[in-house]
Amino acid sequence: MHEVKTDNPGDKPEKKPKRPKLPRTGMPEQPARVRATNFDEVTLGYNEDMAKLEASRCLQCKRPKCVDGCPVGIDIPAFIKAIENGDPAAAIAKLKETTSFPAVCGRVCPQEEQCELLCVLGKKQEPVAIGRLERFAADWELNNSTSSKPAIAARTGRSVGVVGSGPAGVTCAGELAKMGHDVTIYEALHKPGGVLVYGIPEFRLPKAIVQRECDYVESLGVDIKLDYVIGRTMTVDQMMESGHDAVFLANGAGLPSFMNIPGENLNGVYSANEFLTRSNLMKAYRFPEYDTPIKVGKKVAVIGGGNVAMDAARTALRLGAEVHLIYRRSREEMPARAEEVHHAEEEGIIFNLLTNPTRIIGDNEGWVEEIEVIEMELGEPDASGRRRPVPVEGSERRIPVDVVIVSVGTKANPLLTKSTSGLDLNKWGNIVADENTLATSKEGVFAGGDIVTGAATVILAMGAGKIGARSIDRFLQGQPLLTNEEQEAIRAAEEKAANKAAAR
Amino acid sequence: MYKIIEKVDYSDDVYMQVIEAPAVAAAAQPGQFIVLRIHEEGERIPLTIADFDREAGTITIVVQAVGKSTRHLQKLGKGDSIANFIGPLGLPSEIEKVGTVVCAGGGVGVAPVYPIARALKEAGNKVISIVAARNESLLLWEDKMREISDELIVTTDDGSCGRHCLVTEPLKELCEAGGIDLVYAIGPGIMMKFCCKTTEEFGVKTIVSLNSIMVDGTGMCGACRVNVGGETKFVCVDGPEFDGHQVDFDLLMSRQRQYLSQEKESLELYVECGGDKKCMK
Repeated sequence: MHEVKTDNPGDKPEKKPKRPKLPRTGMPEQPARVRATNFDEVTLGYNEDMAKLEASRCLQCKRPKCVDGCPVGIDIPAFIKAIENGDPAAAIAKLKETTSFPAVCGRVCPQEEQCELLCVLGKKQEPVAIGRLERFAADWELNNSTSSKPAIAARTGRSVGVVGSGPAGVTCAGELAKMGHDVTIYEALHKPGGVLVYGIPEFRLPKAIVQRECDYVESLGVDIKLDYVIGRTMTVDQMMESGHDAVFLANGAGLPSFMNIPGENLNGVYSANEFLTRSNLMKAYRFPEYDTPIKVGKKVAVIGGGNVAMDAARTALRLGAEVHLIYRRSREEMPARAEEVHHAEEEGIIFNLLTNPTRIIGDNEGWVEEIEVIEMELGEPDASGRRRPVPVEGSERRIPVDVVIVSVGTKANPLLTKSTSGLDLNKWGNIVADENTLATSKEGVFAGGDIVTGAATVILAMGAGKIGARSIDRFLQGQPLLTNEEQEAIRAAEEKAANKAAAR
Repeated sequence: MYKIIEKVDYSDDVYMQVIEAPAVAAAAQPGQFIVLRIHEEGERIPLTIADFDREAGTITIVVQAVGKSTRHLQKLGKGDSIANFIGPLGLPSEIEKVGTVVCAGGGVGVAPVYPIARALKEAGNKVISIVAARNESLLLWEDKMREISDELIVTTDDGSCGRHCLVTEPLKELCEAGGIDLVYAIGPGIMMKFCCKTTEEFGVKTIVSLNSIMVDGTGMCGACRVNVGGETKFVCVDGPEFDGHQVDFDLLMSRQRQYLSQEKESLELYVECGGDKKCMK
């Protein structure tokens, strides 16, 4: 409670001046009607004055709750203090002690569910805009091209192979390089960044930023090998034989799921992964200057309610289509970030909620012509705690569309796991890794990110990258993967959870 | 960058390139494919591996120029480089000794049949090869195929070389004569479809290699999905080889035509601009 006291008028005003109750500083953005026709970034970022003003709202809690909400444990009050003091260089240095990707996280982390959710200010007013401040510090560095480099330990002579250059892989590689190990990343695609380049659109995360972050990790001494498909070009066993002392598997979620409804293989039906990969990675939105084509037509249906569905819908809109989002539950159950849903709606995406597709109807040439949907109502809560949608009989209707984009999640890609012996998988094909160490059933092999958890967030994958690096470092030094204190803490936490469950 | 070591033009449209890609060559097996991208603005195109040389670290591809990218690639020769070359992708052919195998290749499909036929021969099978094309100028690798086959049949649609018939005619005769344990048929969709129709009558197992549209080639996008035995499969991770009697060829061919209008637009612009990138913007 100490931190709240300082905000109290009667509490030692001579020691600390009373802070005026400032509202959260708004984020400047492109007007919805303008941005709906371009691929430039939607939000424009704070300027220095806005950042200082927002930073001044931070109470500088002695025991900051926000840090508990951050999957990588950034010292949030410290970097915000530096911004308030007008020293963005110090802010970015502080951030880089714990995160390799501040410009990315400042943009795509769901802060409202993490650090900002726990911000003490948020109890009475709006929480400090931690994500926007993180982005400000990172962008300041990009604009002033003074890349601050952290200290790198003496070379250990040990070598680690990292599979995948997405958020988990690059974070892990960066951490290991700082610890003095030789690190090689193997990336299957022709550009590094994983989901940050093929999945998240330019208007939400400019690719130049991803490239800068990857360049930064290379500047730490990490070697990124592109066009390298582990499981095909080389197996995990061959990686170990070729001189890597340990391997971190972070190859991502992989295979797109479809709904198994009639008509899903018609021309004009895309997985969100394909649609976004064509547009983002292959730059099909600039066809024919770029060779990869993309089909949008006049009217597009996007199926799903997650962030990927929003990205696909907003991409199709920018390519000139009228876009109908089809989601089987109501708005409250939508897994997408509130900000993304809000932006999508502002831009003119038409929401068809409590609506589920039943089949896709084609013309004589095998092209999509219509999508048949059925109305849903919410019934009893299911295992996830969300109310289960139930079809309303006889409520089928058809929406004429040229293109359908299916965004209902992904499954584990079997390409790497099937070619690796001795690797335990769960029933969905995800790699089984110890929650606390990310060790797999295979000696010297660790795994993290979506290939372990199933599709999740960028920051969770980065958190896994950090844990993986810590474990690999200890493994290489012949130490136990967990210290006694860590084991004790885990045991205590488990006991507490068990007691809680028993009390219920 | 990946260097082109050798280039041979077989006709106005068909050419062969040997590309330096040691990591791909080290792992390549018959039946697999690669994905390449010529330059920064290029698309990713999948091509079946026609041959590989582990010692030299090279992969051989045989390409029929149809669109902009394959026309552009055709212009590149010995000493030129391409931006990306990824592989080997897909599952390798299952090479076993089964007895007598017919290996039928149509058009540029002969090239990917070659390493499979060679491996089947090395595994102790009797290999009867059928090399088919529309006309003599499009006939490929007749000599290479003869070297590794116990028997070789050449057919052309117009009779300009070999037998004057479609590939299905000798295939049917061989099935009728009996003793065929396995058929490999690789070529255009329509050729594979009718080869499968021919062998199905006789209950002879027939493997085809599908050439669907792809983007990443590693299972991530699902562009290559086909229907096999009523189930959706991804050619890049579940294939490219499938039991031909289970494949919905009409769907495959329909999906291959998805970008015809864009492909035409892109090629026309390329020809009009004479390959000048600035003009194409």
